[in-house]
Amino acid sequence: MIWAYLYSIVFYASCGVTVVATLLMISRHNAVHALLYLIVSSLSLAIIFYLLGAAFAAALEVIVYAGAVMILFVFVVMMLNQGQRSAALEAAWLPARGWIIPSILAFILLTLLLLGMNSEHPLQPYGVHGVAVKDVGIALFGPYVLVVELASFLLLSGLIGAFHIARKMPSPMDQNTLDEAGNG
Amino acid sequence: MDNQYIDHAIILAGILFCLGLVGVMVRRNLLFMMISIEVMLNASALAFIAAGSAWDQAEGQIMFLAVITLGAAEVAVGLGLTLLLFRHHNSVDVDQLNKLRG
Repeated sequence: MIWAYLYSIVFYASCGVTVVATLLMISRHNAVHALLYLIVSSLSLAIIFYLLGAAFAAALEVIVYAGAVMILFVFVVMMLNQGQRSAALEAAWLPARGWIIPSILAFILLTLLLLGMNSEHPLQPYGVHGVAVKDVGIALFGPYVLVVELASFLLLSGLIGAFHIARKMPSPMDQNTLDEAGNG
Repeated sequence: MDNQYIDHAIILAGILFCLGLVGVMVRRNLLFMMISIEVMLNASALAFIAAGSAWDQAEGQIMFLAVITLGAAEVAVGLGLTLLLFRHHNSVDVDQLNKLRG
């Protein structure tokens, strides 16, 4: 009876997908391929978070890692467009082997998700009570309010730091031109 | 708490952390090193979640939120630095970026 072992199957398959995707990720030569594997790894980690009774953390993992952080990486890969080499890279991206393995891993995850969403035997966190989002919120804005303040400091300084560091600096020649214009 | 899944999740966190560490040490491309650091942060987040589930306490998820905030800020600043270094040196190879004294 598969339903008795459903939790084990989904848990260990997710663990396997995470490890395989991470292994393939750190061995890729192409940044976009590595990002595809990082997405798969984040999604399977989200399944593990859910199985450990942290559904809210699973949702955050998908939104923040597979969403926001990945968009940042993709934009930087676009901006690091490496001149003459990029044409050769474009040719190298075309063959199917670039996306076929991430697709297989993502298909495994989809199968696990459909297994878990079966309406007769919905998959539940097993052996743990699970911490409700309400308890997390109460603790977060009660004894741990300092963490919220520190997180806001960190995000604000990250925002300002990233804006300041990555803005387009005028080249030295432009600077001279500006100085001359200012003196004149 | 004799739950084998939590033990195995902690083991998985250790494996993922080691993989990320290997990635940071082996790869010489700054972008891949950033991705490997993300994997290490993910592994520590998994360890926090597993420990929070083992003790049925909310602190695990609170630390997860702190880790994910740290990861977002780190990626923003780190990728900004990567872009800046690429503009100055036209390379993201860390072996060529060892002349920070100007």
